[in-house]
Amino acid sequence: MRTSEKIIEGLLWLSAAITILVTAGIIWVLLSETVAFFSEVSIMSFLTDTEWTPLFAVKRFGILPLVAGTFLTTAIAIAVALPIGLTIAIYLNEYANASFRAVVKPLLEILATIPTVVYGFFALTVVTPFLQQIIPGLAGFNALSAGMVMGIMIIPMISSLSEDAISAVPKSLREAAYGMGSTRLQTAFGVMVPAASSGILVSIILAISRAVGETMLVAIAAGQQPRLTLNPLVPIETMTTYIVQVSLGDVPHGSLEYRTIFAVGITLFVFTFALNNISFWIKKKYQEKYD
Amino acid sequence: MTNSDRNRLKDKAFQVFGVFCTFIGLAVLAIFLIDILIDGLGRINWEFLNNLPSRRAHRAGIYTAWIGTLWILLLTTVIAFPLGISAGIYLEEYAKKSRMATILEINIANLAGVPSIIYGLLGLEIFVRLMALGGSLLAGALTLSLLILPIVIVTTREAIKAVPRSIREGSFALGASKWQTVWHQVLPASFGGILTGVILAMSRAVGEAAPLIVIGALAYVPFAPASPMDEFTVLPIQIFNWISRPQAAFATNAAAAIIVLLLITFILNGIAVYLRHKWQKRIKW
Repeated sequence: MRTSEKIIEGLLWLSAAITILVTAGIIWVLLSETVAFFSEVSIMSFLTDTEWTPLFAVKRFGILPLVAGTFLTTAIAIAVALPIGLTIAIYLNEYANASFRAVVKPLLEILATIPTVVYGFFALTVVTPFLQQIIPGLAGFNALSAGMVMGIMIIPMISSLSEDAISAVPKSLREAAYGMGSTRLQTAFGVMVPAASSGILVSIILAISRAVGETMLVAIAAGQQPRLTLNPLVPIETMTTYIVQVSLGDVPHGSLEYRTIFAVGITLFVFTFALNNISFWIKKKYQEKYD
Repeated sequence: MTNSDRNRLKDKAFQVFGVFCTFIGLAVLAIFLIDILIDGLGRINWEFLNNLPSRRAHRAGIYTAWIGTLWILLLTTVIAFPLGISAGIYLEEYAKKSRMATILEINIANLAGVPSIIYGLLGLEIFVRLMALGGSLLAGALTLSLLILPIVIVTTREAIKAVPRSIREGSFALGASKWQTVWHQVLPASFGGILTGVILAMSRAVGEAAPLIVIGALAYVPFAPASPMDEFTVLPIQIFNWISRPQAAFATNAAAAIIVLLLITFILNGIAVYLRHKWQKRIKW
């Protein structure tokens, strides 16, 4: 083999290997700052303290309020996106005709291309005032509005991934169900959805992971007040919002406050990393094989 | 009512619910675009596009923001395009089914799922501090390049995978080397798909604010950046900054800036859809 071929292959390999460096870089950056953080704050209080006030005079470093905020917005988003997204997937597969599907799918995909600051604006200026008319006690910043809009945002994730999973189920199964006299609804929920369940589960997990890492929408509409609550009507703060809040301020490099964003970052990373790997595992292990 | 009547009724009911759910998504999208247009369209004029940021809402413009966005777009593409495509080519054409190849694959899938703000933390420590680039355009573009790298790699691989084996074998049979085959046969044949992926990745980069805020991109930049080492702001950050202010006039500014941002995003996506369509039609194996 000529040397130039070898050199080119080496360069291509290097480009691919950079992705390993990125992962190593992320882990190294998060770990090194977090280790420095835990030399000053005990891990126990980080994991169990119920208050998060690193920017105040009396500093408390309990991650739980931020985790609760992230959990709350994510749960609301999934509660909106799962029933709507899954129904759309079933409807497009079992009921709609091909031309309707060809029009609706790309339109729904638009929802996924809109930048998330734009969703934040929508949640704050349209959805929150609207909800305040129905729920009088609703604060200007709240998890409910941010979570609902986030739910709309991730509908296409659930609907298109679930649709792929359902349409991968062989036709013969559907025809067998029809042959037994099932209605379309019975076919959908009795045969197609169970047969595609692993793919649907993967779509839900990926949607959760996306919601957990979502930043601008919640930074704009959900508030910046860390509190340990499951009340969707009051301002809260998510892990991602906290990182933005500190980044916007003037926190000196190397200070304990500066390190808090890496401690929060690694917590966020652990959550999304676990979710992503669970989804790979399900995909590998339970993927239905039809011939 | 017999059992089968009841089942048929349920079936119809679900059909109605299905139509309803599909239209909820689309209705929200429509309400949303109309609301933004009503709020912001009247604010867009020549001054708004050409004015520097200001504390007074009616004099503030998005000049520095859209220039910054164009810079970021250009630099990010220049960095991520060759890297991502090379990595994609390696994984699809060169890598043998080895442990290393599996690790690379899993790793890239994992990177695609890392929240964008984490890339911001990476950029802050590596590019801003360690490489001492500060809150410059270059630091921002490097950060976003790493963020979109997985997208570029994955779409490149899919495009290359669609090229049939027979093309490669024909090329080898004529005595072409591996790289000659890739460069003269595989890449031209898959270029449409690759370009589509790159443009979609660009549209993702245009809308990102969180990682750039973390690396220290500013909301108030009095001058448009002129070199990659200058400080900068981008449209999403300018929008975020205006939304955060209590005065209603700034909300109008935000809506107007959102129209410009959405226009850029939709144009990029439109180009991608068009290219995909065109290439699918032209090439029939």
